[in-house]
Amino acid sequence: MNPVISLKQASLKFGRRTLWDDLNLDINPGEFFAVLGPNGSGKTSFLKVLLGLQELHSGHASLGGHPVERGSRLIGYIPQQKPFLPDTPMRARDLVGLGVDGHRWGIRLGTAKANRRIDELLDLVGASDYAKVPVGQLSGGEQQRLRVAQALATDPKVLLCDEPLLSLDLHHQQAVSALINKQCHDRKSAVVFVTHEINPIIDYVDRILYLAGGRFSVGTPHEVMTTEVLSDLYDSNVEVIHANGRIVVVGLPDATTHHHDDAHAAAGEGS
Amino acid sequence: MDLDSLLQSVFNFENYGELLVLVQNSLWAGAVLGLLGGLVGTFVMKRDLAFAVHGISELSFAGAAFALLVGTDVVFGSLVGSVAAALLLGLMGVRARDKNSIIGVIMPFGLGLGILFLSLYEGRAANKFGLLTGQIVSVDTVQLQVLAGTAVAVMAALCVIWRPLSFASVDPELAEARGVPVRSLALVFMVLLGVSVALSIQIVGALLVLALLITPAAAALRVTSSPRLVVLLSVVFAVSATVGGILLALGGRIPISPYVTTLSFLIYVVCRVIGSVRARRGLNGRVMRTA
Repeated sequence: MNPVISLKQASLKFGRRTLWDDLNLDINPGEFFAVLGPNGSGKTSFLKVLLGLQELHSGHASLGGHPVERGSRLIGYIPQQKPFLPDTPMRARDLVGLGVDGHRWGIRLGTAKANRRIDELLDLVGASDYAKVPVGQLSGGEQQRLRVAQALATDPKVLLCDEPLLSLDLHHQQAVSALINKQCHDRKSAVVFVTHEINPIIDYVDRILYLAGGRFSVGTPHEVMTTEVLSDLYDSNVEVIHANGRIVVVGLPDATTHHHDDAHAAAGEGS
Repeated sequence: MDLDSLLQSVFNFENYGELLVLVQNSLWAGAVLGLLGGLVGTFVMKRDLAFAVHGISELSFAGAAFALLVGTDVVFGSLVGSVAAALLLGLMGVRARDKNSIIGVIMPFGLGLGILFLSLYEGRAANKFGLLTGQIVSVDTVQLQVLAGTAVAVMAALCVIWRPLSFASVDPELAEARGVPVRSLALVFMVLLGVSVALSIQIVGALLVLALLITPAAAALRVTSSPRLVVLLSVVFAVSATVGGILLALGGRIPISPYVTTLSFLIYVVCRVIGSVRARRGLNGRVMRTA
């Protein structure tokens, strides 16, 4: 099976600060790949590299066998949640419609076919009841479900998710991550899931890229989420506790919150 | 002037039938511009460019005034002015805040230049006034053909980029991720907007362009969020305002623009009231299920 995402000797630096260096990585179709790390460690930048919005400092990134370009039809993207303004001139179904054929030229001619697809997607994410409500009047959880429907619209080979569970309640977290996993499992999309909290998706994750302090570790959750690996990455005493299928990391250094501001200034990240 | 003669000059419908034949060209021009304004306006609202339209129209005015001064074609002059302004804004003002300050800077400059050129001009005063307030009554057949041809070209181009432009306008981050050429589309739209402004100036003048390019779309957005319905209503409102304005203006001695702007404004007020009544009743299209 050919990897759908491939990074070779990739490194990313902002000025003198290295986010990651010599990263070699292949992500296969149907793989659920999580990217973890503290704020400012380069998680969002990792996605931006795949989206072609961030140049690598050195190395190569390819997507679907071709070098990464600015945006791609292969990609479904769930952005970090940013609420729509209340008067945004678009209803829920129109937002999903943009995912279906918004990238095509001209005006929509096959209305019936597009509408069927939109209805299907709305139904899939349980958003049929508010299909005709302006997006700006929907709650954060409702908007996020629409983002999922929009991202799944073209049955993408690669599904990039940037903190899709942020500010969702537990119920919505489960619903959204189950939908993403379904796409990954049933339709063999490669999922890259950026998050700072692994537990909501722990049952789905195949591999993890853990970024911290300019270094990284790649492997299965059992290989990466250990006291030894994380202590090494953070360069301080971190304890990882596995309990009831959940993972708790104790003693993360405070310095990580400090890094956060640096990252905003240097990378414009997370905005 | 007493009230009676004032009313006489605003509304006077003697010999209306004969007049109507004379202004056939103007009516067609009004309808075409209404159609164009209604279409372009929906994107102006989606992209939050209302202020930019104003800025472009001031520079268009300067271009037209210069053309009047040196004796070349006024329409061409205003076209050059507005497309230049639109491109400048498209290239420089990438961020909204930046864009607004650039508009604020070039707007008075354009208006100042226009006034300079007009004060140097020694021809008929009516020509000067027409640039600011519109002069559609004097449209001849050739002008109408040029106008309609240009408007059709702009609308055709708009149709070609319709979907990706909508995507890039309301959801730019996603559009970019999906490979939509967001920046090139923005530039293309600015050129189309520049041309539309220059054409609209012919009917309502540089000062009142907003009534044609903003008000109808803004009114439509008060009453619906459905993209198709917004476009339809916006066009209907704009055409009603221009054609209605011309028809009313036949019965008075004052220029057409006050009629057009007033109609346009009234439509907006009505839509605004309808929108707020609906909002107060909580009607937003959600399906309520009783458990």
